Amino acid sequence: MSIIFFLIACSIFLALIFLGAFFWAHHRGQNDDLYTPSVRILFDDEEKEEE
Amino acid sequence: MPTLTKTACYHCGDPCAYHAILEDDKNFCCSGCLNVYKILCSSKLGNYYHLNHHPGESQRGEKNKFSFLNEPEIASKIIHYQDENKTMITFYIPAIHCSSCIWLLEHLNTLKEGITENRVDFLKKQVHIQFNHQKISLKELAELLSNIGYAPLINFKDASAKQNQKKDNLLPKIALAGFCFGNAMLLSFPAYFGLGASEKEFGRFFSLLSLLFCFPAVFYAGADYFVQAYNSFRKGVLSIDFPLALGISILFIRTLADYLFVLGDGFADSLTGLIFFLLIGKFVQQKTYHHISFDRDYRSFFPVAVDVIDENEIHKPIALEKLKEGDRISVKNEEIIPADAILLKGDALIDFSFVTGEATPIKKVLGEIIYAGGRQKGSALTLEVIKPVSQGYLTALWNNEAFDKNKPDKIRTLVDKVSHYFSICLLALSFGTLLYWLPQNWDYAINAFTAILIVACPCALALSTPFTMAAALSIFDKNKFYLKNTDVVEQLASINTLVFDKTGTVTLADDKGISFSEELNSEERALIYSICKNSNHPLSLRICAYLGIQPIISIQDYFEIPGAGITVLYKNKLVAIGSSFFVNGELNKSALHPEVHVKIGEKYLGYFIIQQQLRACLQDLMYSVNQHYQTFLLSGDNSHNAEILTTLFKKDHLHFRQSPLNKLNFIAQQQAKGAKVLMIGDGLNDAGALKQSNAGIAITEHINNFTPGSDAILDASSLNLLPAFLRFAKSAVKIVRLSFIIAICYNIIGISFAMSGHLSPLVAAILMPLSTISIISFTSIATRLLAKKHHLA
Repeated sequence: MSIIFFLIACSIFLALIFLGAFFWAHHRGQNDDLYTPSVRILFDDEEKEEE
Repeated sequence: MPTLTKTACYHCGDPCAYHAILEDDKNFCCSGCLNVYKILCSSKLGNYYHLNHHPGESQRGEKNKFSFLNEPEIASKIIHYQDENKTMITFYIPAIHCSSCIWLLEHLNTLKEGITENRVDFLKKQVHIQFNHQKISLKELAELLSNIGYAPLINFKDASAKQNQKKDNLLPKIALAGFCFGNAMLLSFPAYFGLGASEKEFGRFFSLLSLLFCFPAVFYAGADYFVQAYNSFRKGVLSIDFPLALGISILFIRTLADYLFVLGDGFADSLTGLIFFLLIGKFVQQKTYHHISFDRDYRSFFPVAVDVIDENEIHKPIALEKLKEGDRISVKNEEIIPADAILLKGDALIDFSFVTGEATPIKKVLGEIIYAGGRQKGSALTLEVIKPVSQGYLTALWNNEAFDKNKPDKIRTLVDKVSHYFSICLLALSFGTLLYWLPQNWDYAINAFTAILIVACPCALALSTPFTMAAALSIFDKNKFYLKNTDVVEQLASINTLVFDKTGTVTLADDKGISFSEELNSEERALIYSICKNSNHPLSLRICAYLGIQPIISIQDYFEIPGAGITVLYKNKLVAIGSSFFVNGELNKSALHPEVHVKIGEKYLGYFIIQQQLRACLQDLMYSVNQHYQTFLLSGDNSHNAEILTTLFKKDHLHFRQSPLNKLNFIAQQQAKGAKVLMIGDGLNDAGALKQSNAGIAITEHINNFTPGSDAILDASSLNLLPAFLRFAKSAVKIVRLSFIIAICYNIIGISFAMSGHLSPLVAAILMPLSTISIISFTSIATRLLAKKHHLA
């Protein structure tokens, strides 16, 4: 059963990686504007024919 | 295709019945809109019009000048970063409102070379631009934006305030607390479900890990509670943070001791959970409106730079605060007079409605003093500054002590009052228990003492206000009523006196109330303007302001008959402007609004309708509020509308010719009599009263317009809902009270466990989330049900 010690260490390590990823993203400003990207992604690519 | 396309402007969607300009089979309401269209089409940005119908904003009205941006001193204040060939800047652009705006502003680089990067932040209505200032200057950039209909609003006060806004790390704190809570909870499950004798070593290991999770949760995520508790304790108040900080520290010490002396499993999951829930409550409470600013003062209303004329008659823009006595300045049509000044040259017709509340524009003659804040309607003026900007007649208001006070101290919130007594009871109870058990059993006494402080930690109490008020705020928000923060709901609930401003609040101030029944050509416009300019009658002044700058035409034999109209001779034709009876000989008693008829020779042109300016919803509104509240009206204007207003207000509750300082003092007097005053105003002259009142609401026609500093901003279209808003605020406070009772019930249950010394970590772990969740669901559901009841949805 002592494998549990190892497993728990692994799981906490993984969770810490995700926590770190969140902190990194937050400091990069990825949470600053949560609305505009949702609109931006819907724009068609350039080279649009003029009517 | 939308149904109104025949007459709607292709660019802005405004109706363009009279002046429609046809281009490429598309209608445009004005040359401004057409220009934007041409610029965009020539740069192959026509896609702008395909993403949304009528994406533009109307381009009528004056364009701002940006020549002051060529002054390095002024420009440096708004530039974020600059090196040899790169400049970074953020513009605030109020016109941003749809996906077309985002698309166009992110394609600026196709319009002009030199722009390297542009990103729009839609909610903040900002665009971040990076450009090469060797190829395009800041001024050209601002003009480019202005030419395509996205004029940036440049304002130092807003800009500097934004940068100083400290970034609080609430989100990372919640993430960390959630992380610790989740892990600690999972690790404590084995202990709750029971461990076999052979698994004891796991129990010890799990406790250690849980304890380790407590450290970042307490010392990083929960640190604010200790700081706030200490700060309020120093002020002699036991705020809600005090029992919270006490609870957190006792939980932590107890968990630490439990592990070190092998006494039990500790309360790691309750501790981390408590911090996590508390931070969630804080997060909910923080409602931010990115595009609305609640603490503007005159500096946001006044221009950024002023044209100063030097000895050689050369105009040079300088920053507003650099303006000094004796400077000669130039003020053009629709511009704001930046400082108290003497008129040296030009025809001054000044609209003071925003500053003093006078509804009709005022004529000033050469040599007269013009107070700062008025807006010139007509040709350019030359003025000599007599007082620095901050010492002016109007701006001196901001030196009043009402502006020194910190708003949060304005009222003690309900939760503060409750937590004060709660803390005292809690301390008495816990020390009582300690003293009771101490002679019998030392160990037991400590156990019961800590257990009480743990279980009584007012998590539910602390969360009931944020969740109720946040729900209330979002209801208000849906009805276009924007509150500065959650405390304002409680302030609104306590109100018993309403004070209204007149111009702009009860009545409409702008030129929109005027329209002409037919089409006027440019000659007729110039003629009517030239005639009305000679008259001091309020209606003439309003017509002049409505027509704007017109060339002056020479007229002869000007003759004004008071109460009837004006006649002049123009090109040997008799021109008559005045009442229906005066012009046509017909008595028109059925007219709802004052009308000014125009006749040139034998040709009847039509008439101006000068709408009665009371807001449409006012009758019902006043009927409803008069039943429950004292109402007053404070006007900076003279009393010429008094008859209509006496039907809405008690006669001795109408106060006219009130200076901004009078208004402030009036509110203070009422407060001294024990009244809780709600001030509703719109202009700079109400700024003092709004600040002094228990709750100040600024009312605005358009949410992007300037509003003076206030607790809440109300869109004028929702003014009729005001009584419902006030009732709803009262109900919200009732909900908070009810949820306090529920929270205290939980506490009594918990304490009865704890006093007997039987608090197991399991009971704490169940009780805390249970109380929290039941409080949150109660408040959210009750608030929404009440909103339905008050027809606010």
